Amino acid sequence: MISWLANPERFSRLFTPIRPYIGAAAALLCLWGLYLCFASPEDYQQGDTVRIMYLHVPTAWMAMFVYLVMGIASFFGLIWRHSLADVAAKAAAPIGAVFTALALLTGSLWGRPMWGTWWEWDGRMTSVLVLFLFYIGYIALHAAIEDETRAARSTAILALIGLVNLPVIKFSVEWWNTLHQGASVIRPDGPTIAPDMLWPLLVMALAFKLFFIWLWLVRIDTELMARRTRALRARLSFAEEGN
Amino acid sequence: MKAALSLLKRDIGLSWSRGGGPVLAVGFYLTLMAMIPLSLGPESQVLSRVAPGLTWLSLALASLLSLERLFERDYEDGLFDILRGGPLPLEAIALIKCLAQWLGTGLILALLTPLVMIILGAPIEAAGLSLLAALLGSFSFALIGGVGAALSLGSRKGGVLIALLVLPFYVPPVIFGAGLMQAYLSGSPIFQALGLLGAYSLFALALCPIATGAALRSALN
Repeated sequence: MISWLANPERFSRLFTPIRPYIGAAAALLCLWGLYLCFASPEDYQQGDTVRIMYLHVPTAWMAMFVYLVMGIASFFGLIWRHSLADVAAKAAAPIGAVFTALALLTGSLWGRPMWGTWWEWDGRMTSVLVLFLFYIGYIALHAAIEDETRAARSTAILALIGLVNLPVIKFSVEWWNTLHQGASVIRPDGPTIAPDMLWPLLVMALAFKLFFIWLWLVRIDTELMARRTRALRARLSFAEEGN
Repeated sequence: MKAALSLLKRDIGLSWSRGGGPVLAVGFYLTLMAMIPLSLGPESQVLSRVAPGLTWLSLALASLLSLERLFERDYEDGLFDILRGGPLPLEAIALIKCLAQWLGTGLILALLTPLVMIILGAPIEAAGLSLLAALLGSFSFALIGGVGAALSLGSRKGGVLIALLVLPFYVPPVIFGAGLMQAYLSGSPIFQALGLLGAYSLFALALCPIATGAALRSALN
């Protein structure tokens, strides 16, 4: 099935029609999620500022999720020379970088009223900052190498090496004495967060995921079109040179 | 084995004869060391507290210097195509070149680290441990730097791109190394930080040549 999708034409034919529905679903879920966020109860300690969590946690989850997607796509691109996987990895990178930046930003805005500080160099914040640097390095390497195939392969190696950072982020709150609280949703014993707060969180997370998939499909299509344009232009200049 | 040794000897010889060997990196290291009290102020209390951390930072930055040239000259001269046809796999060639980089440059920087740390105000008892830590750290810097150099081979962006790719991976040895020195100076047990530093170097030794070899292979095709 994966190799069946390697044909860009087939991929576009399958996914372009359903793309607007994914986008619409993401928008609707986001609206519902925002309603739930504001309808949810206040935290007994933090009051209203806890509502930043409904933005901060999903963006942080997406930052890691997109990197995982990038890593898997890079793996497919590197091992099986799956050209669409290369395009998919390249397309996902800027989205992931923005999610990471948003996670850091919203976390900073939340940390100020909650912990009294804009930034601390604790385990989780530092490792997420390193994740952001990995994204930037990936995008920079792609931009620096002109040959597309070589760029895809080098950046795939870089993405795979950087995958080691994901477990570090996940377990940073357990390994180090950090300012961040411990895991309260994805735990071996199940979530400890109240259901009133869990639901808005999950709805927003799903909305962000669908938004990512929608934007990712748009970017893959754009990249495929850009490649086709480059090939056409090259062929045109080659033909003109012959005359 | 003979091929490996002759490649090693050639690379070390080249780094000494062309480009002045470790002089550039040593000069940069010492210049950074001089700039630190100039930027922070000469108060010995402030300096002695930051000495281990800033020494490690300077070591990392100085190790970055010669990375751009690590594969570039041989790549442009076409030597890699000849080497590929030889008995050594690309991964071994990568390992030997990184080893030559370490023996030629990183080792010298590591040997200077106790001196730099003491000049910056750390107590003399820190010298021995800082030498051991710097040897382990500079070894992993050379190996990781090889990956960065191979990934950006052929691109025109050179040194700054390598720094961007490689510095996030330099972060753990800097944290462990500086943390090790701080633990030692404050009397806490050092075993954990030293173990992590050594483990990171071993990880780098095991995995980096494979990644570097893969990157070289992609660059040569």
